[in-house]
Amino acid sequence: MSLAFTILAALTVAGALAAMSLRNLVHCVLALALGFAGLAALFLELDAQFVGLSLVIVYIGAVAILTVFAILLTKGADPAWPMLISSWTGNAVVAAAVFAVLAWAIWSSPASRRPLPARPEETVLQIGGALMGRYVLPLELIGLLLTAALIGAVIVAIEERQAPK
Amino acid sequence: MSSLSGYLFVSALLFAIGMAGALTRRSAILALIGIEMMLAAANLNFIAFWRYGPHPEALTGVIFVLFSIAVAAGEAAVGLALIISIYRYYKTTNLDKIDAMRG
Repeated sequence: MSLAFTILAALTVAGALAAMSLRNLVHCVLALALGFAGLAALFLELDAQFVGLSLVIVYIGAVAILTVFAILLTKGADPAWPMLISSWTGNAVVAAAVFAVLAWAIWSSPASRRPLPARPEETVLQIGGALMGRYVLPLELIGLLLTAALIGAVIVAIEERQAPK
Repeated sequence: MSSLSGYLFVSALLFAIGMAGALTRRSAILALIGIEMMLAAANLNFIAFWRYGPHPEALTGVIFVLFSIAVAAGEAAVGLALIISIYRYYKTTNLDKIDAMRG
């Protein structure tokens, strides 16, 4: 367990905890960006450079900014109502139970004691070749999905005008 | 504790934090952020298993995470559009107040 991993894991978990527990929603999104930056650094630590940098671009550059705009449009930065929903205790117990089961499974699995294999040859050229070769159909499908999501989001969010009489 | 279980623990912790936030916070936007965090935790699992797996040259984990990031971006866009639309109708994003479909 290296020092870099410990620091990055602590940064990621602290960002996630702050994002879910702060009161002001804008502060939550900023903490979320910090947590995602830590997560991207963990990806870099795992020798997945391309995915780590795409995570920075998509999550911090697009998702966080989009969320800030949604907070702005719904005037929800610092809501007056209480932070937690009325039935929060049972739901928190469910989340804790999920973590307990996952942690027990990780702890008792022999697969989690594998030694670190040699550093793989992950280059952007290989990823591009795989995307244009074996995975070209899923790539096209993702393009279709993103187009549909773009049009659908605009249609859902557009203001309905009264029909002229 | 080897390093793979360390990454898996961080991922499980992120998943549980995102789930707790999505299930207990009252703001609809924070519920969406919690779901994003759960997706990101799954991505960390994919990358960790790809790095520690027997065939890292196959690039399966990396490609899956790339597609997963694209789906997460689309999900965030549509989800936030739905929240804006709900806000226009109910004038609130308080999840306790949006109960028109309560059985």
